Amino acid sequence: MGSNPLDTKKDYQNYVDQKSPNSPILKNCFNAFWVGGLICSIGQIIMDICASKGLDTQISGTIVSIILIGISAFLTGLNIFNKIGKFAGAGSLVPITGFANSIVSPAMEYKSEGYVMGVGGKMFTVAGPVLVFGISASIIVGFIYLIFNTQTVPLV
Amino acid sequence: MMITLLECKKFYNDFFINFQSERVVINMGIFESIDLMQLLRCFVVGGLICVIGQVLIDKTKLTPARILVIFVTTGAILGGLGIYKYLVDFAGAGATVPLTGFGNNLAKGAIEGVKEYGIVGIFTGGVKNAAGGIAAAVFFGYIASLISKPKMKK
Repeated sequence: MGSNPLDTKKDYQNYVDQKSPNSPILKNCFNAFWVGGLICSIGQIIMDICASKGLDTQISGTIVSIILIGISAFLTGLNIFNKIGKFAGAGSLVPITGFANSIVSPAMEYKSEGYVMGVGGKMFTVAGPVLVFGISASIIVGFIYLIFNTQTVPLV
Repeated sequence: MMITLLECKKFYNDFFINFQSERVVINMGIFESIDLMQLLRCFVVGGLICVIGQVLIDKTKLTPARILVIFVTTGAILGGLGIYKYLVDFAGAGATVPLTGFGNNLAKGAIEGVKEYGIVGIFTGGVKNAAGGIAAAVFFGYIASLISKPKMKK
């Protein structure tokens, strides 16, 4: 029965490799590049409009985040964002749109478990770690800055 | 009576002219404010940051959640080292919109917090800077989840 390609583990692996298409990494990277670039460009246009209204960079950046997060949250809710995500991969995951998507996707799936623990709790399946590591890193950065700049910093 | 009429006319003229000119200024502002070279730099840098993420997805077995964590943490470290702000100066939203920019924003806030409030600033600065994004994500995320229809699982 050695003719069956599924007999041994190695043969099976060869069979799978043969059948599955080569990971089209170049195509994925190209799609990620232009979709990611486009999302950032939308942000840049919103930022330029804010700047032309006389808002400073910090608040313009916040407005850009809020708008992009709002749009991608609702696109995820309408099942449109995951289609973009399938096509663009990291192109829509790495911009802040991916953060909003990572909140809405699990919340949608666990909606049947209720509006408090289902939606409210599962929202943070992915966003929770992001916030934990992001905020912790910022606290460490602040702490290191405090230690190495004590001469210029008022200690409390 | 004459005075009031005159005043009315003056007020109307002032208002009308100001209104007109302001509209023109704002319209011109929106079109002129978009710097095409800046937009191109933003597109290229933003795209390249996403390509790094795509390579991580394709070449390693990292889950998307871990990739988001890696990007935010990397951004915070680069922001803390003062490197990331050069990228922001160069690429604008191309550097602030990816999650590395979110991390940079947190770290920048923590440093500003320390400058302003000392030790307490370590804890208040970061989240204060990113508050808009976090609050928007929580609120819009919850509302969007409520109005969504659950996907049918296979």
